[in-house]
Amino acid sequence: MTKALTVLPTQNLEPFKGVKKIALEEYFTSGHRTCQGCESALVMKLMAKAAGPRTVILGATGCMYVANTTYYSTSWVVPWMHTQLGAAGSAAVGTAAGLKALMRKNRIKQEPINVIAFCGDGGGADMGLSSISAALTYPEYNFLILMYDNESYANTDIQLSSMTPYGANTTFSPPGKARRILHKRWKKNVAGMLAAGHPECRYVATVDASYALEMMNRVRKALTIGGPTFIHSLDPCPKGWDYDPIQSHDLGELAVETGVWPLFEVEDGVLKFYGKSKSIAQGRKRKPVREYLLRQGRFAHFTDEDIEYFQKKIDQMWERWLIPGAVCIAMSDDIKKALAKSEVELATAN
Amino acid sequence: MTVATKPAAAADKEMLISGCAAIAQALRLADIDVVTAYPIRPYDTVMQAVAKLIANGELDAEYIVASSEHDQFEIVKHASAVGARVFCGSSGVGWMYAMEAIAVTPALRLPMVALVGNRALDDPGAFGCEHNDALCVRDLGWMLTWVDTAQEALDTALIAYRVAEDPRIFLPCAIGADGAFLTHSETIVKVPSKEKVDQFLPKYDRGDKLLHPDNPITIAPQVNEDWVMEIRKQNDEAMRRARGVIQEAFRDFHKIFGRQGGNPFVESYMADDAEVILFGQGTLSMPVKVGVRKLREQGHKVGFVRLRWLRPFPTPEVQEALGRAKAVGVVDRDYSFGSPNYGAVLYNEVRSALYDLPKRPHVISFICGLGGREVTLDSVVEMSEILLKVAKTGKVEQPNYWIGVRG
Repeated sequence: MTKALTVLPTQNLEPFKGVKKIALEEYFTSGHRTCQGCESALVMKLMAKAAGPRTVILGATGCMYVANTTYYSTSWVVPWMHTQLGAAGSAAVGTAAGLKALMRKNRIKQEPINVIAFCGDGGGADMGLSSISAALTYPEYNFLILMYDNESYANTDIQLSSMTPYGANTTFSPPGKARRILHKRWKKNVAGMLAAGHPECRYVATVDASYALEMMNRVRKALTIGGPTFIHSLDPCPKGWDYDPIQSHDLGELAVETGVWPLFEVEDGVLKFYGKSKSIAQGRKRKPVREYLLRQGRFAHFTDEDIEYFQKKIDQMWERWLIPGAVCIAMSDDIKKALAKSEVELATAN
Repeated sequence: MTVATKPAAAADKEMLISGCAAIAQALRLADIDVVTAYPIRPYDTVMQAVAKLIANGELDAEYIVASSEHDQFEIVKHASAVGARVFCGSSGVGWMYAMEAIAVTPALRLPMVALVGNRALDDPGAFGCEHNDALCVRDLGWMLTWVDTAQEALDTALIAYRVAEDPRIFLPCAIGADGAFLTHSETIVKVPSKEKVDQFLPKYDRGDKLLHPDNPITIAPQVNEDWVMEIRKQNDEAMRRARGVIQEAFRDFHKIFGRQGGNPFVESYMADDAEVILFGQGTLSMPVKVGVRKLREQGHKVGFVRLRWLRPFPTPEVQEALGRAKAVGVVDRDYSFGSPNYGAVLYNEVRSALYDLPKRPHVISFICGLGGREVTLDSVVEMSEILLKVAKTGKVEQPNYWIGVRG
């Protein structure tokens, strides 16, 4: 019997050092039917480009399945397989496990093959959260799970998900005469939750395709570090967010500049902000959320009071959370004091 | 004590094991690559047995403890797509929890083999045997077989891989094993050698359907009304071909192992000259065969026919086995509320299969043994007496009976 390999090596995907160094080859190309201005399609393109040709991609049901794989005109150059709405985590585990077993038994050539499973916010944060959480606990398999979050079930007609922002107008939460705000849930903090809850997972990041190079390099990092990894991407959606498609890129930037979407990565348990979120964390002033919200038709029914509420929640995230954007709890004052005291004692003792 | 008739290297090893442990032995011999476990009684003893084999170095496979049955079936589904031989299974509501993954597997043409340790669909809470769990895939493109003994479980698991992975078929196969009666009962099982199994079972080769960077295909694209009917028709054709491939596999199995020489689809017991026949599947055969013998001693021409494959349904064999009888009683360990004549699932399958015969027997539905309740000798006698009366009078007073139920 062959000796079990515990972890297979990964591909060594060095970060692209500048836009001009990005590979020219495309692995997600023509043939898809996404909407004009679709940022999720851009995420697919950049993700595939960052991963390269020795990659297997699994896609959960959602826009990026339905729009991208019309029979006879698939947009995928790399091997691609559909998985069920709530099964991105399981698809990644199964593919990685199958490849690993066959390589160990010398049934296929031993080589590092990237495994990427993607899902939308409905597939990832709603139905498939348990599957992703489970997947991140198998340290012996190498794969990336990427959640493209366009903040609604956009493929099925813009129904709200647990990732839809407070108050947004969706087909399941239309503003009406009696109730202006039907959707009162606050968006889940998925990347933070997964990073905090899976200590063996070596890499979790948030990304934004408006910052393409940073985004691609996070994908390369996630595929290189080894073990299961997770990336959460915020994708402006012209249809669901109700804006002119030309504004997708600007809205992606505004999400970061207003502090609504913090960019961070957690590598081996250490969190770092990057891009403009880093300067925000270091004290740079955030743009008012009003600038972000009022460019989207889904918030057109918002009153000043609603915008203030939204701003207050974002302020709280940056000012009160233990780690802004990542860990939504704070320490009580007595614990803070006790910890500070023990740090002083430790320093003195040393 | 057994006498070796073949060279020692190829001799079967006798083991006292349960039905689940017998299947685990088959998985070792089939050298499976990926297996996923999740606990639910009674199927899960197979996963306990597999875990031991892996821990002891007798089987080299990825053993993944999943977080739900849905995850369990999705994981092996994807492992199968990259060319791994996989095993999975569940029972009762666990099987139902995985139903989305189970339902899509046949259209993906993935030869997954799964064990259904048949269990009632609680609520109300019940661990006992009922067949409604596995029967939920009856129409979906899974091959579906029911086994009667631990030996048959081992043999059938090997046959299941051979048939499912045949490129002419590429369909998943579920093995129904009655919860407790078969999953947990220990008997002597002949466990063949790896050499013999290697002669019988080739490696799983997905050919041009393999998901790998060297073969960059897109699997399960959006086809909608443009192609769905053609794809369903391909599934139908594969299921039709399965009949011949199953026969071929049984012939080869018999040649190599010296067992399973009988009819692959139905087992007939004292049925050739029977006026009335009880018909059913799984471990039901034990009490029914004993009952048949007793009734024969009293001069009643009673027989028993056991169905071995529900999908593909062996219409000619069932017609042949039952066509000469005056009355057939289909004993269902399942229910189908509101169905024609309020009969259960097998009853309606059999009645449909017999319909085209120029002269066909009366068919009565017996629902019994639900929730793991024992099918007793008294029940067998009761059912036979009903059939004998129908045979004698030629009249069906009542098409459906619940047997062994209080109140």
